[in-house]
Amino acid sequence: MLTLSQVTKRYPTGDRALTDIDLTLPRGQVMALIGPSGAGKSTLIRCVNRLVEPTSGSIRLEDTELTRLSGSALRRARRSMAMIFQEYALVDRLTVMENVLSGRLGYVGFWRSFLRRYPREDIAEAFRLLDRVGLPHALDKRADALSGGQRQRVGIARALIQSPSLLLVDEPTASLDPKTSRQIMRLIRELCTERNLAAIINIHDVALAQQFADRIVGLRAGKIVFDGSPQALDAETLTTIYGEEEWDTRVSEDETQHEPEHGIAPSPRLALATGGAS
Amino acid sequence: MSRQAQAQAGQWRRLPMIENPKLRWGLVVGLATYLLLALASVEVNWARVAEGASRGLNFLAAFTRPDFVSRQGDITAGILESLTMTLTSTVIGVALSIPVGLGAARNIAPWPIYYACRGIITVSRTFQEIIIAILFVVMFGFGPLAGMITLAFATIGFMAKLLAEDIEDLDWRQVEAIRATGANWWQTMNHAVQPQVMPRLIGLSMYRLDINFRESAVIGIVGAGGIGATLNTSISRYEYDTSAAILLIIIAIVLLCEYSSSHIRRWTQ
Ligand SMILES: Nc1ncnc2c1ncn2[C@@H]1O[C@H](COP(=O)(O)OP(=O)(O)O)[C@@H](O)[C@H]1O
Ligand SMILES: [Mg+2]
Repeated sequence: MLTLSQVTKRYPTGDRALTDIDLTLPRGQVMALIGPSGAGKSTLIRCVNRLVEPTSGSIRLEDTELTRLSGSALRRARRSMAMIFQEYALVDRLTVMENVLSGRLGYVGFWRSFLRRYPREDIAEAFRLLDRVGLPHALDKRADALSGGQRQRVGIARALIQSPSLLLVDEPTASLDPKTSRQIMRLIRELCTERNLAAIINIHDVALAQQFADRIVGLRAGKIVFDGSPQALDAETLTTIYGEEEWDTRVSEDETQHEPEHGIAPSPRLALATGGAS
Repeated sequence: MSRQAQAQAGQWRRLPMIENPKLRWGLVVGLATYLLLALASVEVNWARVAEGASRGLNFLAAFTRPDFVSRQGDITAGILESLTMTLTSTVIGVALSIPVGLGAARNIAPWPIYYACRGIITVSRTFQEIIIAILFVVMFGFGPLAGMITLAFATIGFMAKLLAEDIEDLDWRQVEAIRATGANWWQTMNHAVQPQVMPRLIGLSMYRLDINFRESAVIGIVGAGGIGATLNTSISRYEYDTSAAILLIIIAIVLLCEYSSSHIRRWTQ
């Protein structure tokens, strides 16, 4: 359904963020895009909905060549690919309902949206979605009065009311605690299955990616270095994606957690640092 | 001793702003000398000061017996004229400053429009209200019309500049999120930009209302109507008690503006 071929992005600053990306995403597939910071994950999904202009290559959604669209054709194409953001990117001073309904902006005219006179079925759908993500009581609250997890739920509702066929999700859980992160990922996964949506989910957390995605793509320095099922992801492939590190996560987490307990005696690294300065 | 070694011994001062001590002290001595010479060059005519002091005292003494009554008609007319000028010029100026401000924000306006709008702002801000008022009095004749146009013109520069700065500081993620839904330019302005700048826009408009009232008293002196004209007449007729009354009224109105505008600003947050 979505096909990227030979997509390259070079920023004006000279950073080569993506190099010759080839990727095909079938309908209904949930793909996790993993990789270290700066690998180009955000750049990739932003090239798809053209918040970032790809330097070269072609991106097709169904039968539309996205890279050549402009003006109203681009806006029409954007309706079918909804984006969910890391920092939620809700409009703080608008209410929850206004935020959700803003997902319909691509469908309604300026005056309707200006006067907030959305069609009845849009309003009903907005409320249904708010109910689905568990926030029916919050409709008149201001977006900045919500907690992080609640905001992300509103962000999800705003994306779904676009009735998209593709979700572009940029680190949906990076600002959330572990429990909320799982709930949000589960919600996104369920909604994709319910509505047969394809999704590209940029995510830091490898364990979450493995649990909720059908397919994992690893990006490193703007190139795809892994493409396979979640089960195929082992320590060796993680090393190709992220570089050398001890990949048995539980052990390394234990180490870091125990460090403070050494308490008064300075850790070796700390002792070294003070020794070096004097 | 190096600064690190000194710091280890407990001795540390922040680095001076100008590193070279000769240059630093040279600048201080040079500035002090210039200041002394400059003060010495101002001629003071002590006889005139003595004479003027008593007139000044007369003026101040008038504040103990302000006369609101004998020129009541002129004062009321002047105040009403000033308030009308203030309100109309603020509304017109703010309305015109919104498109100019949008155009002068680097992050949302294309280059040619950006330069055009920055040009308008610069012209409006270069000249002090009095100079603009003199020009408009020449063009439109004495009276409040010239004053109103003057204040509206000055309001455009002030508001558009601050509005543009506010737009340049937007949280861009909110704008991108709205654009990503397929919204067009006007919808993006209305849904992502307006909610972010509205409180500041209202606050600044209130502040400008306040400024415009004070300015309306000043530009009246060059013939642009309003309470300033009444004040000017009373001073030139040596009716200081009437002048005192007018000044007290101006102070009261400015205080009132100040009070209500801070209220409204708190409410918009
Ligand atoms: N707006 C930008 N201007 C210039 N360089 C950018 C910009 N955005 C990202 N980059 C660069 O592109 C590379 C990829 O960034 P990004 O796509 O944000 O990575 P990720 O989302 O995987 O952390 C980085 O080297 C980053 O510095
Ligand atoms: Mg990113």
